[in-house]
Amino acid sequence: MSGGWKVGVVTGTRTETPSARSITLDVPGWGGNLAGQHLDLRLTAEDGYQAVRSYSVASAGPGDTVELAVDRIDTGEVSPYLVDELLPGDQVELRGPLGGWFVWKPETSAPAVQLIAGGSGVVPLLAMARAHAASGSIADMRLLYSVRTPDDVFFRDELQRLGVDVTFVHTRRAPDGASRPAGRVTRELLAELVHPASVDPDVFVCGPTGFVESVATWLVDLGFRPERVKTERFGGL
Amino acid sequence: MAIVSRGFGSRRRESSPDLPPGQFLTTDFPVLSAGPTPDIDTDDWEFTIRTETGQAHTWSWEEFLALPAEDVSTDIHCVTRWSKLGTSWRGVSLDTLFEDVESSHDFVMAHSYGGYTTNVPLEDLLDGKAWIAYEFDGEPLEPEHGGPARLLVPHLYFWKSAKWVRGLVMQADDEPGFWEQNGYHLYGDPWREQRYW
Repeated sequence: MSGGWKVGVVTGTRTETPSARSITLDVPGWGGNLAGQHLDLRLTAEDGYQAVRSYSVASAGPGDTVELAVDRIDTGEVSPYLVDELLPGDQVELRGPLGGWFVWKPETSAPAVQLIAGGSGVVPLLAMARAHAASGSIADMRLLYSVRTPDDVFFRDELQRLGVDVTFVHTRRAPDGASRPAGRVTRELLAELVHPASVDPDVFVCGPTGFVESVATWLVDLGFRPERVKTERFGGL
Repeated sequence: MAIVSRGFGSRRRESSPDLPPGQFLTTDFPVLSAGPTPDIDTDDWEFTIRTETGQAHTWSWEEFLALPAEDVSTDIHCVTRWSKLGTSWRGVSLDTLFEDVESSHDFVMAHSYGGYTTNVPLEDLLDGKAWIAYEFDGEPLEPEHGGPARLLVPHLYFWKSAKWVRGLVMQADDEPGFWEQNGYHLYGDPWREQRYW
């Protein structure tokens, strides 16, 4: 399934937010991935030192093109390189696709799907929204996207075009004219903004540990079936 | 031969001979779970070992705490590449729990509250290699880290150390558990980098 390391060539980069960018790679032999899967990325220094990190894949479907979106962690050793240094034509090594749990497949989808993102946790959920659009799925897919400010939204234009109902919660600064002041997701807000538990949706939650921990617990409190709530967390590493 | 990434390597994390290949050190304790954290009241908690004859050895929370406990200092290694060295746990050795258990089966499926499962060979649970842990750093184990009690099998990748463990079922074959059916290695030795299929 995962095979060995493959060489990816950077074909493009795009600034997504002040601290993040998306990176498109051509990876001969990749062969496609499911929406929500991740990969391992390996960098090697001139003296042979290596570092490997896992990243969610923003793209989905067949083919050898892979898109990532990486948020810079200032104390990290890999993400600053990927966000600030990497250029088109550069090579990195990749292994994957990995993970068979946090995935959305059109053919086995529940009629309603709720995606819930905290910050850069939107990346695998974008892959699901893209797969939803590409497959012509009739599942009612919604995205609740918690983000610090309007400037921190990943893939803003594309999210509006994908046919998925997107609701933003701005935690630090809301845009002018917003219907809600800035503030974190609460249990009450969650209940108001997501599919109701009564429609028994498939739920995917991805974001920082504290966010996912709170949201998943509230969902269970609100009557969502725990086995329908899939989570992926990152610890800021 | 690995390809070289131009200009990479100016910042590096601390290294250590105690670090298995492909791992990096962390001082945090990251949380990784496939779903919501279950809310388990110790009044309702039970731990059961079930054998092929259908015989069940069951402990209530009170009975479990009355068993001899051990303090364990160990390194832990997550398949997502973080390792944490010298962690402190308190728990009951599986040797103690298996004392009166008779089984001819060589494999175990661990089951958790919330539905998680993971498979482990019996020999990896005995001879001082595994515990049911209920304290971390001298405090009751937090729910997000598997409390009230989790399996602790620190010589394997940490997904084998099932959070919220509620029982072990003996099995004749090494049937795969949850992550093992979802792309991860059947055994999971960090020193041999047995991460994926």
